[in-house]
Amino acid sequence: MKMRMKEISALRPEAKVARKVRAMPPSGIRKFFDMVNEMDEAISLGVGEPDFVTPWHIREACIYSLEEGYTSYTSNKGMPDLRETIADHAKGWLGLDYDSEEEILVTTGVSEAVDLAFRAILDPGDEVVVPEPCYVAYVPDIMMAGGVASTVSTDSSNQFKLTPEAIECAITDRTKALLLSYPNNPTGAIMTRGDLEEIADVVVENDLLVVSDEVYDKLTYSEKHTSLAQLDGMQERVIVLNGLSKSHAMTGWRIGYVLGDPALVAAMTKIHQYTMLCAPTMAQMAAVEALSRGDEEMLKMRHEYDLRRRLFVSGLNRIGLTCFEPKGAFYAFPSVEGTGMTSAEFSEMLLNEQKVAVVPGDVFGPSGEGFLRCSYATSREELIEALDRMETFLSKRGL
Amino acid sequence: MREILEILSENARATPTEIAALLGREVEDVAREIREMEDSGVIRKYITLVDWEKADRSYVYAVIELKVALQRNTGYDAVAERIARFSDVESVRLISGDHDISATVRGRSMKEVAFFVAEKIATLEGVQSTCTHFILKSYKEHGVILTEKPKPKRLVVTA
Ligand SMILES: Cc1ncc(COP(=O)(O)O)c(C=O)c1O
Repeated sequence: MKMRMKEISALRPEAKVARKVRAMPPSGIRKFFDMVNEMDEAISLGVGEPDFVTPWHIREACIYSLEEGYTSYTSNKGMPDLRETIADHAKGWLGLDYDSEEEILVTTGVSEAVDLAFRAILDPGDEVVVPEPCYVAYVPDIMMAGGVASTVSTDSSNQFKLTPEAIECAITDRTKALLLSYPNNPTGAIMTRGDLEEIADVVVENDLLVVSDEVYDKLTYSEKHTSLAQLDGMQERVIVLNGLSKSHAMTGWRIGYVLGDPALVAAMTKIHQYTMLCAPTMAQMAAVEALSRGDEEMLKMRHEYDLRRRLFVSGLNRIGLTCFEPKGAFYAFPSVEGTGMTSAEFSEMLLNEQKVAVVPGDVFGPSGEGFLRCSYATSREELIEALDRMETFLSKRGL
Repeated sequence: MREILEILSENARATPTEIAALLGREVEDVAREIREMEDSGVIRKYITLVDWEKADRSYVYAVIELKVALQRNTGYDAVAERIARFSDVESVRLISGDHDISATVRGRSMKEVAFFVAEKIATLEGVQSTCTHFILKSYKEHGVILTEKPKPKRLVVTA
């Protein structure tokens, strides 16, 4: 027994961790989380999820399903009922037909869907063009799938939109896919139909697949969302990833879904069946309710975000943190240019001095440096108080 | 106009400055529209929802359902308007179903409410019968759940 103990301590478990996992950078969010968590009464604008509780009619549908005993596995692809509901929803929302048997997969959040998409399409060394600043999971997921993320920056002078030129610069003969993530976390940028037309041309010319994370699609404030899949001839090239986390305030339920070409959905389903088996049954039951009867509550939440968006963005500009108008999601992405501080310095000092937590923009990629991600998925009172404190923070420095 | 009303119906103390910021409009325009709505009676009154149970003085409330004889010229209006004049009466509504009029009455004690109904309401001409329901506990008023517990906390920073 003693011998055995010795052998284990000589093992150095950390050295046994796979090289590609060791190479994965730790999340910049984590460090901030620990700092904020230790501080009492901080106002957090760092939360990437709705502040609403899931509407009661959705929670109630789940409770009822439990009472009725729906606690077994479902089909790998997801309950037929839910897939049909998703197909109806896609028809109504995007005007596109997806076959509920072959072209829809229910996943454990968009998070799983992102991972599946990259694992299903990437061979070692295949490249994916990733516009950033972007959500933190894409690059690590591509790495884990054996692919290479080829990031391209977007910038505030162009409202953080992706341009065809930027994609073209990044394309090599190993480029297999383009990632799109609009409405965007962290910038709040959207891509209009006109913007997407230009992207479609480059995609077709270079014979790319597109992985499109549209989890914020219901949260747009100037115009209805357009998906690249809606453009002529694009449906088969685009793997649409979506879910209920943001639109229906259902982050903890872990429900997402994939819409795509049968061959691609089948490939993703193969991985899903061996790693996840199926998405949680009770959450699938709730998702049926959310998608078939949840529009009214969803619109109410969106309206509230829109009110807060106006209040907060005009407030940021008033106190001197220039912010372009975010047209989707629930983030404002103001610039700290002219304060003489980096995003990280600004965020850390703001937290320590005024107890307001924001996320430094560089967490979302190098081109996010010089910006702060502020979530307005928090109460009006907190937003007003946060603006006051940020103003104090700036005026103490004569800014 | 509708947007201003929705904000005010949630929070009567929202100032024109706050409302303008929420709607992305000019403060003067918002202030003028509010004034116009006050003048034209679209906005009747700004009220405060008080949880009297928590304040040191609590009241007794009752819902009184009435059967009323229809009057030739005035229908139910004459009786309803008479009832509405009493300051103990908080609301008066014409309703469908078994009864014709429903009124809420506030008093200091059950006895006070019961006597008020017996003496002032039941004796009105045209009132055929009354049925008094004392309110024992209120769970939700004006869209606010009075028994609600605090929301569970979210993680402080997430991606
Ligand atoms: C752009 C984006 N995609 C995906 C996710 C994860 O979504 P889900 O809860 O569906 O896994 C998030 C969550 O923050 C996100 O911002």
